Amino acid sequence: MSDFFRFDPLTLPPECERLRAEVRGFIADEKAAGRWRAEGDFASGHSPEFSRRLGQRGWIGMTWPKQYGGQERSFLERYVVTEELLAAGAPVGGHWVADRQSGPLLLRFGNETMRREILPRIVAGECFFCIGMSEPDSGSDLASIRTKAVPVEGGWQINGRKIWTSNAHKAHFMIALCRTGPAEPDRHHGLSQLVVDLKSPGISIRPIKNLAGAAHFNEVVFDDVFIAANRMIGEPGDGWKQVTSELGYERSGPERFLSTFRLLVEFVRRAGPDPDPREAEAIGRLVAQLATLRRMSLSVAGMLQRGELPNLEAAVVKDLGTNLEKEIPEIVRLVATRGRASNQEDLMEEALAHGVLNAPSFTIRGGTREILRGIVARGLGLR
Amino acid sequence: MSDTLVQESARRLFSDLATPALINAAEAGTFPAELWDAVEKAGFADALAAAADRPGDLAGIADVAAILHEAGRFAVPLPLAETMLARWLLAGAGIGPPQGPLTFLPIARASDLKARREGSGWRLAGRATAVPWARQARGIAVLADGQVALLPAKAVDLRPGKSLAGEPRDDLSVDAVADAVKPAPAGVDAELLYRLGALTRAVLMAGALEEVLRITVQYANDRVQFGRPIAKFQAIQQQLAVLAENVAASGVIAAAAVEAASGSGDFPFTVAGAKSRVGEAAGRVAEMAHQVHGAIGFTHEHRLHHLTRRLWSWRDEFGVESDWSMELGRIVAARGADSLWPLLTGSVV
Repeated sequence: MSDFFRFDPLTLPPECERLRAEVRGFIADEKAAGRWRAEGDFASGHSPEFSRRLGQRGWIGMTWPKQYGGQERSFLERYVVTEELLAAGAPVGGHWVADRQSGPLLLRFGNETMRREILPRIVAGECFFCIGMSEPDSGSDLASIRTKAVPVEGGWQINGRKIWTSNAHKAHFMIALCRTGPAEPDRHHGLSQLVVDLKSPGISIRPIKNLAGAAHFNEVVFDDVFIAANRMIGEPGDGWKQVTSELGYERSGPERFLSTFRLLVEFVRRAGPDPDPREAEAIGRLVAQLATLRRMSLSVAGMLQRGELPNLEAAVVKDLGTNLEKEIPEIVRLVATRGRASNQEDLMEEALAHGVLNAPSFTIRGGTREILRGIVARGLGLR
Repeated sequence: MSDTLVQESARRLFSDLATPALINAAEAGTFPAELWDAVEKAGFADALAAAADRPGDLAGIADVAAILHEAGRFAVPLPLAETMLARWLLAGAGIGPPQGPLTFLPIARASDLKARREGSGWRLAGRATAVPWARQARGIAVLADGQVALLPAKAVDLRPGKSLAGEPRDDLSVDAVADAVKPAPAGVDAELLYRLGALTRAVLMAGALEEVLRITVQYANDRVQFGRPIAKFQAIQQQLAVLAENVAASGVIAAAAVEAASGSGDFPFTVAGAKSRVGEAAGRVAEMAHQVHGAIGFTHEHRLHHLTRRLWSWRDEFGVESDWSMELGRIVAARGADSLWPLLTGSVV
């Protein structure tokens, strides 16, 4: 209907709603058993035990072929599992990257050896990945990376430095974007992705403490690191194509608007069944935006399920969604009744502190606001 | 909403006939009779009434939305939404709706409109402000105290007024005995009528927003400053991206509210979200579109204001954003914090 973008309405099929009930039951059991408490967002909670239990349920790599341990379920079913886990604040950080990004990348571009070796371990919740893209001098301008992989006997030798690598200190593998050839005819050529075993000699990982006091991201230094030839994903030089083809998956999911959802829930709890007009208005306005974003995100999931590449629509969801994630703490701090307890004992204050302190990262990680708006502008035909 | 046949035909009809000159003439007080006749001939004004399988149902709401979306896109200066709802209300009660443009009452939640038995008929009494198109309506469909009545236009005292878009919005004083009065169909009450009024405004705005986006992108590509189209400047690109995102969000939540009205969803929840979200987008988008258009967009000669003045008018009607946000907030609070997620996923148990 629009001249510029498509957001077809999507109704989830009945099997998705059956699955949703199953996931809610699982979460209720986990909570009843006191196995974890909701904490932060998709990037902060990390529990290998939880990941293994999820793997036993068949909820990691659930869309992948059965021959690699997957369930061959639909992308929409995966969406439902993901949004339920995120809304509950489950500690998904261990398997998150492998499930969302690395596994699908290996399935699409990887060789048979790495698929057989790695995918079943991801599915079991025993193998975690991190993404080696950003470097000290390459953030939004990804094609300017300088980490080099040069061909040596039997494989590649990597030298360079990656930074802001989430959970590298807890991951088994990194998918590292490296320069393997000249930037000709343009900078998007000569880039390749390699599967790097993080236990390889020559790798040092240094956690970087963020402003909130946590150390989720790292600096990873490669000093003459040898990687076997069969760890190259696709052909040398395919890196840029691989990186840009996955953006729809990375940018449109529920993790792009639910990072401060639990704060909103605690705000509603604090406001009680009979909120004052300011509280009611603030809650309603935020819920209206959330309801809109969930529909937009689901619509993109439907397009991904049909094999389309809705990169423009995904950028729209991520920009709107991450801005909402930032707005929730800003509004709650002004409107909610505060000061009932210190933030160690008060769930709302704890979620508010987490929201305010982590908000700067929401519109940076996974593509900055400015890059996303540039993508939207290109979709509008302005560039 | 997908492009349906009815949407295509509405788009063709409005793009042919709802010219800037016609809109200007309408705003100056000339009712566009020819355009109205074409709309009647196409059956648009009956889209809700004629599609009802049983009295008062909303089977035609998807077509209504498709037509109103295009009416918004072309800033159509007609009481189309009002006539659609008035005829549906009358037909649902078994009162044959008259030909010609109609409007309806009440249009506000705090209405003092009353229906009292008087002899063999009913006396309707009350006041209403800023009633859309009243002075050009052939009659007024009234819902009061569970009764539906058709009042001839002449039966009310009218003080003319107009909206920010120059459309008639008249203050009425009603004190008349109506001939045709019937009980409202089951499930149809002032609350539903008000929500449907809000839904029509959300859909009209969603259509107008699409057009604002289209002409603003075109203007940015055409307008040259500093030796290049202003579309090439990052400051303009970033602003247009935000504008476009708000338009996209509006289309999605308006469509969701239409879907919910047709029975597959929680209508009070979704329409509140839609009027709040689209109303907010309307203000932001109009502001940014004018900024990109510069001085030419502030002239009467340029057609941008046909759209933006309607956006400013529609966002105020049937409840402003804060009204609907508050209502939505109360719905959420009443269900409780742990029901918020089930509510959002449409799986409340």
